[in-house]
Amino acid sequence: MNTSDFLSPVELQRLQQRKRYGKLFELFALMAVLIGIVVLLTLLIDVFLDGLPWLRPELFTQFPSRFPEKAGLRSALQGTLWLAVITAVLSFPIGVAAAIYLEEYAQDNWFTRFIEINISNLAGVPSIIYGLLGLGLFVYGLNLGRSLLAGALTMTLLILPTVIVASREAIRAVPRSIRLAAFGVGATPWQTVRDHVLPYAMSGILTGTILAMSRAIGETAPLITIGALTYIRFDLRGPLDIFTVLPIQIFNWISLPQKEFQQLAAAGIIVLLGVLLLLNTTAIILRIRLQKRW
Amino acid sequence: METAKTAPLTTTSPSPIAQALKRRPRTVERLIQTGLLICAAVSILTTLGIVLTLLRETILFFQQVSIVEFFTETRWTPLFASKKFGIWPLVNGTVLVAAGAMIIALPLGLLAAIYMSEYASENMRRILKPILEVLAGIPTVVYGYFALLFVTPLLKSIFPQTQTFNGASASIVMGFMILPMVASISEDALSAVPRSLRDAAYALGATKLEVSTQIVVPAALSGISASFILAVSRAIGETMIVAIAAGQQPKLTLNPLESIETMTAYIVQVSLGDTPQQSLAYLTIFAVGAMLFFMTLVMNVISHFLTRRFREVYE
Repeated sequence: MNTSDFLSPVELQRLQQRKRYGKLFELFALMAVLIGIVVLLTLLIDVFLDGLPWLRPELFTQFPSRFPEKAGLRSALQGTLWLAVITAVLSFPIGVAAAIYLEEYAQDNWFTRFIEINISNLAGVPSIIYGLLGLGLFVYGLNLGRSLLAGALTMTLLILPTVIVASREAIRAVPRSIRLAAFGVGATPWQTVRDHVLPYAMSGILTGTILAMSRAIGETAPLITIGALTYIRFDLRGPLDIFTVLPIQIFNWISLPQKEFQQLAAAGIIVLLGVLLLLNTTAIILRIRLQKRW
Repeated sequence: METAKTAPLTTTSPSPIAQALKRRPRTVERLIQTGLLICAAVSILTTLGIVLTLLRETILFFQQVSIVEFFTETRWTPLFASKKFGIWPLVNGTVLVAAGAMIIALPLGLLAAIYMSEYASENMRRILKPILEVLAGIPTVVYGYFALLFVTPLLKSIFPQTQTFNGASASIVMGFMILPMVASISEDALSAVPRSLRDAAYALGATKLEVSTQIVVPAALSGISASFILAVSRAIGETMIVAIAAGQQPKLTLNPLESIETMTAYIVQVSLGDTPQQSLAYLTIFAVGAMLFFMTLVMNVISHFLTRRFREVYE
């Protein structure tokens, strides 16, 4: 039976009208998704057109300079690399340990709930506030100065909530039967976690940590606040040296008036996006290679 | 949580061996558990550190500047010879840019969420979601570049009176940066609405549009509003886009084409200069930061409350 058989012409017309509205709405909604993609493409094309001619070997080997043709990202790349390594070394063990505690040991009491609410609140604190914390606590409080270590400690606190949340999800995904089997043959809680839960959860934990690292690498504001510099013309010697990173060097070049520096900034952005792409690809590959099924 | 339920399996057995095992001191286990607890407590120490740092410097600030001036003065000129310390021009700039960003991010984000949850096929969702995630993962300094060197010239060609640094370009770009977050959280909320509700509405003769807007969206309203509030909080705290594109002129204006300054951009401006510790300029960024922290904290707490208290529980 067809709808037109039992609907009056007026009702039929109204139904068709309602369906037309539906089609129109679907089109609008699709456009809302597509406009985001269009903006993304425009941004990438704009950056590549501006930056590609400046993407040459000198960009990687030269220090910053007052002359655009001599300027490069050498000190910024060193800073970003070392900042990433130190931040990873600090945030991975602390974050995973916190996740293990919350998932495997914590009892359901006010203290645990307090920690959980606290972590979700910390994830919503603007990154520049972490910069002020780093300035007050690490730069002046612990007297680390405007050093790489102060920057890495600030970044560690910034990405810890992300690492903890990702690790907790990975640990929670390990089935209960694995733990029960371990307890059943007499393993202690820590032996169970170390030998059984962690190996299964590791792919998820690593993926989450790498994604958190890509946030740390792209972050600019907190490092400006703790006083990372832009004009550094020597190789990084240690964690207590003053430093600069890729996003700050890009920011500095954007704010210079000459057109050449802005194109240099675009080239820097291509490098930064390349590093992030590399990290994210690694995360995806790790997730596939290490994933265990049960 | 997990161990609370599983622990009895290993410990409450009446045999003498089990009794002995129970009494055996487990020093290493205890040490490890304490170590893990300390790591979990780092998050509390971080919060405490943020609050204490902001509080200490802000108190020092208010010993030199009256709190009444801070909240009643309409000029913010702490770096000039004639110093005025009224926070409102910075709040004005922050709210203006954030409001503009919301005009873009909220409707588009919600529409995108409805499309992905109600209309898109499984295959399409698998393609669209990662692309939107890429949009969310781009560093904010890149968005700043885009705002200053692409969107601002575009605005200038449409509105010739646009200033080189202006709130509008920052708003537009920030809106697109926040869009994926709104879309993603709202989509989670929409997908969580049980199918039976949709089926019931279809059975009554509703079209897909009517089901989506009159059944699914109202049912997911708590999650959607939580995503909106998080978006506002994110916009208020966003730094690099406004530091690059919006300018350094704190003023009370509603014109988005003028140069303004936000709270975050002010902190960046002072940080870039060489300000000695405990100077008045140094203290101002903590006072501004405290204000910013307070504003975002209120937003985050409201959002938390919304998802917790008003969540409709189905089945």
